Amino acid sequence: MSGSSVGVVEAQRIHFSEPLHLRSGGVLPAYDLAVETYGTLNAAKSNAILVCHALSGHHHVAGHYADQPENLGWWDNIIGPGRPLDTERFFIVGLNNPGGCHGSTGPSSTNPATGKPWGADFPIVAVSDWVEAQARLADHFGIDAWAAVVGGSLGGMQALRWTISHPQRIRNALIIASAPKLTAQNIAFNDVARQAILTDPDFHGGHYYEHGTRPMRGLRLARMLGHITYLSDDQMGEKFGRELRHGSFAFDYDVEFEVESYLRYQGDKFAGHFDANTYLLMTKALDYFDPARLDDGDLVRTMARSSPQTNFFVASFTTDWRFSPARSREIVAALLANGRRVSYAEIDLNFGHDSFLMADPHYHGLVDAFLGNIRL
Amino acid sequence: MTNAQGRPDFAVIAGWVAPGHRVLDLGCGDGSLLRQLIDARNVQGWGVEIEPANVLAAMRNGINVIQSNLEDGLRDFADEAFDHVVLSRTLQTVRHTEGILNEMLRVGREAVVSFPNFAYWKNLRSVLDGRMPVSEDLPYQWYDSPNVRFFTLLDFEALCAQMGLTVVERRVLDEAGESIAVDAAHDLNFLGSLAVYRLTRAR
Repeated sequence: MSGSSVGVVEAQRIHFSEPLHLRSGGVLPAYDLAVETYGTLNAAKSNAILVCHALSGHHHVAGHYADQPENLGWWDNIIGPGRPLDTERFFIVGLNNPGGCHGSTGPSSTNPATGKPWGADFPIVAVSDWVEAQARLADHFGIDAWAAVVGGSLGGMQALRWTISHPQRIRNALIIASAPKLTAQNIAFNDVARQAILTDPDFHGGHYYEHGTRPMRGLRLARMLGHITYLSDDQMGEKFGRELRHGSFAFDYDVEFEVESYLRYQGDKFAGHFDANTYLLMTKALDYFDPARLDDGDLVRTMARSSPQTNFFVASFTTDWRFSPARSREIVAALLANGRRVSYAEIDLNFGHDSFLMADPHYHGLVDAFLGNIRL
Repeated sequence: MTNAQGRPDFAVIAGWVAPGHRVLDLGCGDGSLLRQLIDARNVQGWGVEIEPANVLAAMRNGINVIQSNLEDGLRDFADEAFDHVVLSRTLQTVRHTEGILNEMLRVGREAVVSFPNFAYWKNLRSVLDGRMPVSEDLPYQWYDSPNVRFFTLLDFEALCAQMGLTVVERRVLDEAGESIAVDAAHDLNFLGSLAVYRLTRAR
């Protein structure tokens, strides 16, 4: 895929004063969303694409800020003029979901009831709550129906949820490297990550802001564990093998293998900027996601609520063991059983779960082909 | 999958489907048949394809395509989900012949199968001359052929009888794609280059 980046972008903050009633029973009395948009909304408001972020993502999806040329959006490679999410054709919207830590209202924001940071008192948010917040964001822009909602991983769950919660407001859904619900193994990984944070002495029951600390060790471990599961065994083998930093064994517990060095670097980088309470919330949203739960686990019945007019593109990656192709096929089978318009691709890429963020020509070609069929 | 240029079986198949029908095309290639059926007959179509380049081409064609291996069966598809399940010039490339035929009639009310007839007289002559046949409907050299099953029209009908499948309609085409107006199966077996069948199973 050719094309170029969208270049300089700006974030905006949009205030919503109507309370958001959450799946958990909690309420967000009012909230802000950090948002970025690329391209131009057409007069019919029919060309808008929503990009939903995954565990650690946010509203800075593409381009860079004028004063931070190095800080490229997390999915820059797929968005821009001539790229699959073509900004000359589409109006692209990215947001930071409620509960996030990149400018939207979240655990580090001030709780209006106490005047202090929400911390652990921030209500648990679910994927369906995010979809409601995103629907209000669509209202804000005057968008009746998204031309498409796109997401990978946890973002794909939001796209799937859109087709069930607001079937008339989504014309195309791109559900990439995702699943209709997590497996026990997947929840187990999330719980180990949470335990790392919850047991960090600097966590202070989630009210660490007041103590002037951050549970860096826990967050770092959580990220290191997560990172291992996002890569493939082959890819790690190719990238690091058993390479030693200093050529020979040191017979101690310091960093020796290159893979250790890499993981610690990733962990430190992440712990330096991400909020631990947000990490906890995001992993719980993943664990709770199970739209078929209210249909006795029958996803076919759940997907019957989607619109026959909505086109689906479901994609998985052969080396993704955290969200394996079999999980995507469950979604496909439920859609087919309802006679829905669905295409499915199982893409041979070597980057595990992270494949969905890669600029592979075949993968991007498929997204481009699917979006190319949209009539505006 | 085979995706030859002129597809005379397409016209036959188009004549067998009705507007609004749900059609599943197995080994759909770039989606040409479904595109034709959607445009000309207003059907609802889905394709199954294994080759990544074909999946991409079908998607560019605006076709619903599921990337999957036919040898694994049609496990993602529910029983009787389709009016017609089409296998156009692909049966000879599938190892699990009975398996795929059973699967087609599990997920579909009717199976439509087309295949090259190895007993076509020019193919027989070629073998008598000492060489494997290469023709309009068998456009491969023996060493690069995707075909793994070599059978004739009569072989196929014997298998259908053995499996309890009903032949609803049979159309046999010559190399130019013209229907052969002969009734006797043995004559068709000799004259036909490509056979197209409509099959059902008593439920």
